[in-house]
Amino acid sequence: MIHQDSKTILEVSGLRAAVEGVEILEGVDLIVKSGEVHAIMGTNGSGKSTFAKVLAGHSAYQVTGGSVLFEGQNLFDLEPEERARAGVFLAFQYPIEIPGVSNSHFLRLAYNTLQSQRGKDELDPLEFEDFVREKMKLLEMNPNFLDRGVNEGFSGGEKKRNEILQMALLEPRLAILDETDSGLDIDALRIVTNGVNKLANKDNAIILVTHYQRMLNYIEPDYVHVMRGGRIVKTGGKELALDLETRGYDWVGVERRVPASA
Amino acid sequence: MSAVLQNLVNQPYKHGFVTEIESDVAPKGLNEDIIRLISTKKNEPAWLLDFRLKAYQQWLKMEEPKWPNVKYPQIDFQAISYYAAPKPKKKLNSMDEVDPELLRTFEKLGVPMHERAALAGVAVDVIFDSVSVATTYKQKLAEVGIIFCSISEAVHAHPELVKQYLGTVVPVGDNYYAALNSAVFTDGTFCFIPKGVKCPMDLSTYFRINTEESGQFERTLIVAEEGSSVSYLEGCTAPRFDTNQLHAAVVELIALDNADIKYSTVQNWYAGDEKGVGGIYNFVTKRGLAKGANSRISWTQVETGSAITWKYPSCILQGENSVGEFYSVAVTNNYQQADTGTKMIHIGKNTRSTIVSKGISAGHSNNSYRGLVRIAPTASGARNYSQCDSMLIGDQCGAHTFPYIQVRNQNAKVEHEASTSKIGEDQLFYFAQRGIGNEEAVSMIINGFCKDVFQQLPMEFAVEATKLLGFKLEGSVG
Repeated sequence: MIHQDSKTILEVSGLRAAVEGVEILEGVDLIVKSGEVHAIMGTNGSGKSTFAKVLAGHSAYQVTGGSVLFEGQNLFDLEPEERARAGVFLAFQYPIEIPGVSNSHFLRLAYNTLQSQRGKDELDPLEFEDFVREKMKLLEMNPNFLDRGVNEGFSGGEKKRNEILQMALLEPRLAILDETDSGLDIDALRIVTNGVNKLANKDNAIILVTHYQRMLNYIEPDYVHVMRGGRIVKTGGKELALDLETRGYDWVGVERRVPASA
Repeated sequence: MSAVLQNLVNQPYKHGFVTEIESDVAPKGLNEDIIRLISTKKNEPAWLLDFRLKAYQQWLKMEEPKWPNVKYPQIDFQAISYYAAPKPKKKLNSMDEVDPELLRTFEKLGVPMHERAALAGVAVDVIFDSVSVATTYKQKLAEVGIIFCSISEAVHAHPELVKQYLGTVVPVGDNYYAALNSAVFTDGTFCFIPKGVKCPMDLSTYFRINTEESGQFERTLIVAEEGSSVSYLEGCTAPRFDTNQLHAAVVELIALDNADIKYSTVQNWYAGDEKGVGGIYNFVTKRGLAKGANSRISWTQVETGSAITWKYPSCILQGENSVGEFYSVAVTNNYQQADTGTKMIHIGKNTRSTIVSKGISAGHSNNSYRGLVRIAPTASGARNYSQCDSMLIGDQCGAHTFPYIQVRNQNAKVEHEASTSKIGEDQLFYFAQRGIGNEEAVSMIINGFCKDVFQQLPMEFAVEATKLLGFKLEGSVG
């Protein structure tokens, strides 16, 4: 929801980034304020996922220019774990499996790390069990999942639910959801997006990275941005997503690309 | 490998100090005179000298095994001193008489001895270089008929038992290093649990090599009579030298009807520096004979040290319904090489064995699992389950699996599972994105990977093993 007096959470200016010497982001500008939901759309290779990973601090990507302020602080001064503790959350497109490490152990460590960062009480295993079970109801998850290895043998849908569960536990200021809709059947999509909607509030912000408009039927964005060639070439309201659904991506931003290569 | 991972896996060795104690060291080299000298120094009976000389004659005819997946320069067996004992060597009656410098060493190592032993409820035998320096708790154990002492002492106090069992599981000519050990072993531990006695506490031995250019050749013999049970723990460390020291031990276990022996090892011999200079050559023969019906022998090992490890704690499952278990974590880093695994020899009917092996390789190291499961024609109804998992940290190391399966009975069931995984940047990034730093992440991944084995360790050893892996791979994580 857009509010006139809301605070700026993220301010991205002219962000450029490369992987193995190839520049993927070529000057991204974006401002995200609290309470807002932004959708970033675009074709494969447009730079959407790279943008998400650069914000989270993945080491494979080198920032080659521009700046990112997170609540006024230079984001690139922080290590990936410090960004997480500061409230930047990335729901992964492909959550990785960590065999042998139980979900409950992992979730509790992540939760307690944040609690201590925020000067709040940590939970012991029993307290945490009660706490996390409550959160799991939100995502209609089977409790036996706590005893399984992190993402180990999870279906695509279970992995995505687990990502949103972590979002629910960690209560980030900025949640970046990288193609959370991919690989979900329609029921799972409803459950996951319903979970996200319940977590959205006036103090946090959400960036949805997605190919398809269908997710936006469930989570209503305040802004829709189209990425192309490593930059945001068009910004509009939720109706832009519907336009993209019918007309495709080819027409977007063509008029702006001409001077870029000159 | 990323800088982060590199830092995490390159932690210095913490037990690399040398204790300044005067030693009584035999001249270098190996011949019959040296063997006679060892035997004389230890005031041994004639039958034991014969045992040694027979082994020596066999050894002369044998060749060093070349089949392990390890590389090292030819060992000059004449450049090693085969006997080193801390001086003075008068007989010690209590812990108070032990050289305080030596006690401080064990304190540094965190050996639970003396009152600490009482608190921990662990009886400890300590082997320093070649000689057993102290056995705590002997009195209390004797009350229930348990013999727990150095093998030298047992040779004098209980010759009939030692003579009856020594060399029956690992014959003097079993293999090159077992033959060498049989010829020159200087001390070790003897443990006898009489019929029907459940050992009331864990028994523990700490081994330490302190002298440069000495070898350590200890001999452990554990006999569990009918219906008895014992849990035995062993720990090993050595100081840091630029040369390589040889450690060639032999361990024999015998379990009679319904007896149960659990043998746990945390091996942290000096592994050499980050360039692969120095370190212990750990060539060990460990074998258990599950002789009686319903007997059980269980090996659990956490192998983190040594430049080279060559070790296959095995079970001969002779008694009907006997059970053999092997749980192993082997960690190699820098230029360490490990070729370790087990042999499960099924002879009796309905014998069962379980193998769980976890290999972790980092740096430039090489880690091999080598295992044999043999089902004899007599072993109807035998079952084996093997699981061999390897984990790689970085991209300069190697993990290898050599499983051998020989089944000669139609009614046997053998299962083998194997996996290889890698701690990757993406796993660490996943943890980091949830606010968990690299050290903690690596610790969690490794402990998760090793969980099935750590669960088998006695409590205080499990804690120690977790810590040790922390030192070895992650730094300050405890």
